[in-house]
Amino acid sequence: MGEAATTANPAAPGADAPASAAWRLLAVVPLAALIGFVSLLPAITAGETLSVGWAWVPGLDVRLSFYVDGLSLLFALLISGIGFFIFLYAGSYLGRHPRFGRFSIYLLAFMGSMLGLVLADNIITLFVFWELTTLTSYLLIGFDHTQAKARRNALQALLVTGIGGLALLAGLILMAIVGGSFELSQLIAQGDAIREHALHLPILILVLAGAFTKSAQFPFHFWLPNAMAAPTPVSAYLHSATMVKAGVYLLARMHPALGDSDWWTWTLLIAGAVTAVWASLLAIRQSDLKLMLAYTTLMALGTLVMFLGAENYYAIAAAVTFILVHSFYKAALFMVVGIIDHEAGTREIDRLGGLRGALPITFAAALAAAFSMAGFPPFLGFIGKELKYEGALAISEAPIFMTTAAVTANALMVAVALVVVIRPFLGTRPDLPKVPHEAPVAMWLGPVVLAACGIIFGVAPGAIGNALVDPTVEAILYSPQNIELKLWHGINLPLALSVVTVTLGAFFFVMRRRLIRWTGAWLDFVRITGDAAYDRAVAAMMAFAAWQTDLLQGGRQRIYLATTLITFIVLVGGTLIAFGGVAMPAAWPSAPLPVWGIAALIVAGALATTQMRSRIGALAAVGSAGTGVALLFLAFGAPDVAMTQFMIETLSVVIAALILPRLPAMAGRGHPGRHGRLRDAAIAVACGTVVTLLVIAVTAGPFDRSLTGFFEIASVPDAFGRNIVNVILVDFRAIDTFGEIAVVAIAGLASVALIRQTMTSRRDR
Amino acid sequence: MTAWTDAVSMEPVLAVVAGVLTAAAVYLMLSRNLVRFLFGLMLLSNAVNIVIFASGRLTLVAPPLIPGDAVAPAATVANALPQALILTAIVIGFGLLSFVMVLVWRAYVSLGTVDTDAMREAEPVEEDADPPPGDPASVPSPARGS
Repeated sequence: MGEAATTANPAAPGADAPASAAWRLLAVVPLAALIGFVSLLPAITAGETLSVGWAWVPGLDVRLSFYVDGLSLLFALLISGIGFFIFLYAGSYLGRHPRFGRFSIYLLAFMGSMLGLVLADNIITLFVFWELTTLTSYLLIGFDHTQAKARRNALQALLVTGIGGLALLAGLILMAIVGGSFELSQLIAQGDAIREHALHLPILILVLAGAFTKSAQFPFHFWLPNAMAAPTPVSAYLHSATMVKAGVYLLARMHPALGDSDWWTWTLLIAGAVTAVWASLLAIRQSDLKLMLAYTTLMALGTLVMFLGAENYYAIAAAVTFILVHSFYKAALFMVVGIIDHEAGTREIDRLGGLRGALPITFAAALAAAFSMAGFPPFLGFIGKELKYEGALAISEAPIFMTTAAVTANALMVAVALVVVIRPFLGTRPDLPKVPHEAPVAMWLGPVVLAACGIIFGVAPGAIGNALVDPTVEAILYSPQNIELKLWHGINLPLALSVVTVTLGAFFFVMRRRLIRWTGAWLDFVRITGDAAYDRAVAAMMAFAAWQTDLLQGGRQRIYLATTLITFIVLVGGTLIAFGGVAMPAAWPSAPLPVWGIAALIVAGALATTQMRSRIGALAAVGSAGTGVALLFLAFGAPDVAMTQFMIETLSVVIAALILPRLPAMAGRGHPGRHGRLRDAAIAVACGTVVTLLVIAVTAGPFDRSLTGFFEIASVPDAFGRNIVNVILVDFRAIDTFGEIAVVAIAGLASVALIRQTMTSRRDR
Repeated sequence: MTAWTDAVSMEPVLAVVAGVLTAAAVYLMLSRNLVRFLFGLMLLSNAVNIVIFASGRLTLVAPPLIPGDAVAPAATVANALPQALILTAIVIGFGLLSFVMVLVWRAYVSLGTVDTDAMREAEPVEEDADPPPGDPASVPSPARGS
């Protein structure tokens, strides 16, 4: 799973693209959005919810509607706030890239989709934005599209999250059917009705499939580390506050509607715990800083999922606080890694060291972010961790399991945090590919501000506690809550667990090499790699596609025709059999002798055509069958049809007599293959049998003659005609007849064009 | 005339005729020789017309005409609607057939064969022999960059 990281080459040689400066100005868009969302904060803090919407597809209850409560606003603030710093950062990081303009548009489109997703009220609106984030993240992950690996990993993210998106759509629609509304704001008010409905479990499975693929929960975790093929600003954005948090958002949003059931709690607890512990074990094994952070993102997502499985308000408050904590430190650390990569030319921890002197500001930001990650006081991460332990201990289902998982994962996070700070920045500086200098302001501003948020809100947690965490917890639990975020809770069990965590973390840090060796042996033994399963699934799908294309569309006309005919046999014949349509005629077929004679003529003509070796013989046989059909029309009271048939039959034979001599003689019947003739004859007989059975079934049923009755009564008074067939053609269905004439005229024109063109090409030769 | 009008259950006879016509047409059309395909096409349009005709039920020797002194047919006459539909179908079928005949001739002049297995202009046989050169992607991915 951990592949060697190829260092991106962000600063492509060459002068700044002239438009680059203008593109950098796009950073004002997220800034404006951030200001707009901050202005909504007082209303939300006061317990209000806001909504706005327009009709989209009224007939299907689809509305373009948006809903703002604490939960949406929390995400909207993170998306726009971190988005602003990412735009600044990307301007420096990728500003010289020849396709920077394209990159900016992708990033902006992604941000817009993400905002739409967290603000959507209508479930179809939610789904559309959900899929838009999938598509735009595909473009961002595969931005470096000359790299095969980037293309492959982008496609992997697209397929895994896209399939999950389809499951989500099905789940949402089922939920709308059960809840009787397409608006999330209505659905979450009906938790009891949805939980008690027979469709509860299918809904839960489908919605969780969407959330787990998006938020990379085990066993769908593999796409996230691979998505590190993206440029670092993209990773910093997608894997801190946005893309992967969409699944977490969905779980939080659905908590009132789907939560509080055993299935929900146990699935989230187990999947989250497995993902968290598994990912943190893999994180400590990485030597590439960016991959290490990617696995810690998985750990964070697992932790969030685990806590959203719970019902008690400490657990939910822990999840909400941790969303903030993680967004701050993870975006900051990803940007720090990008700076290190940019300045030192590598992000391999074994080749880095002693950068604190060259990159003092970056070092300070990294230190603060990593301490928040490790959960040291007085950082916000500490508060988040204390809440986690309180929530884990308070859960009724499996407090010991959950607490153990949380402590193990957090201890490994402490170790990773120590690695991220100590390895690149402390010690002596080895020979580096580049001589490092402090990054430009645009690059270090984001990490510094975000890391500072971790301290400020840690020291003064009340500021966000009331304004943001309270309304969010209320939205998730769908009941009023009042939680007080505090740095010091007194000496209690969570604090003791914190001490254990830090001690264990330090131990893991010291024992890192041995841990890598031990887990390596274990991983070799277990060999669970979703990545390989994905490759096998894709290869199997491609093989299947190639096989069925070869089979059904082999490039031979007769294969295409046979495919169509067999489809006809199976569908029509199958329908006849399935619905009891195969019936024997009510009476033994009986008809006057002349009718039997005509029928025999047609059958003989048709069968003779198949046996003829000469073109003229076959033409004569076809002509006699056609004449027989004309006689049949005459016998059953259709003289107009019979006359037309006679004329057309004659004309066809004349044209055929002109064309056939110009074509080669029929050498052989042309049914290749060992049993070619038998095979084709079988298809032919099956087709004929289905047609016969179909006509018998149709004519055995009741008959509605009312339409004909209308024409019979209306012909004289309405159309002044006594030949009903003619009246239908030139009066009641005149437009149809006009269309028919047009078709014949066009066929004639096309034939003339073909003939003239062929003549010309022959003369030229 | 009694022998004509007493007859019942004539539709199954036409059902069998349509079935035989279809079978012969399909057999001819499955041939790789386009000349035989043409004969199949001729038979097939007849088969379809008989299906439409029989589905409208059969009435012997009573064309759907209204006598000069009446405003509606006096007795039961043949169903006019399928006849009108078939008239259209016959003419359209003729348009199609004549165009296809010219097209086959044109194809023969251009390609020098009426063997459909040899007509692989649009989907050449070599198509999937080798992946296009220059793409280092050996991963099973349908998306080729740029």
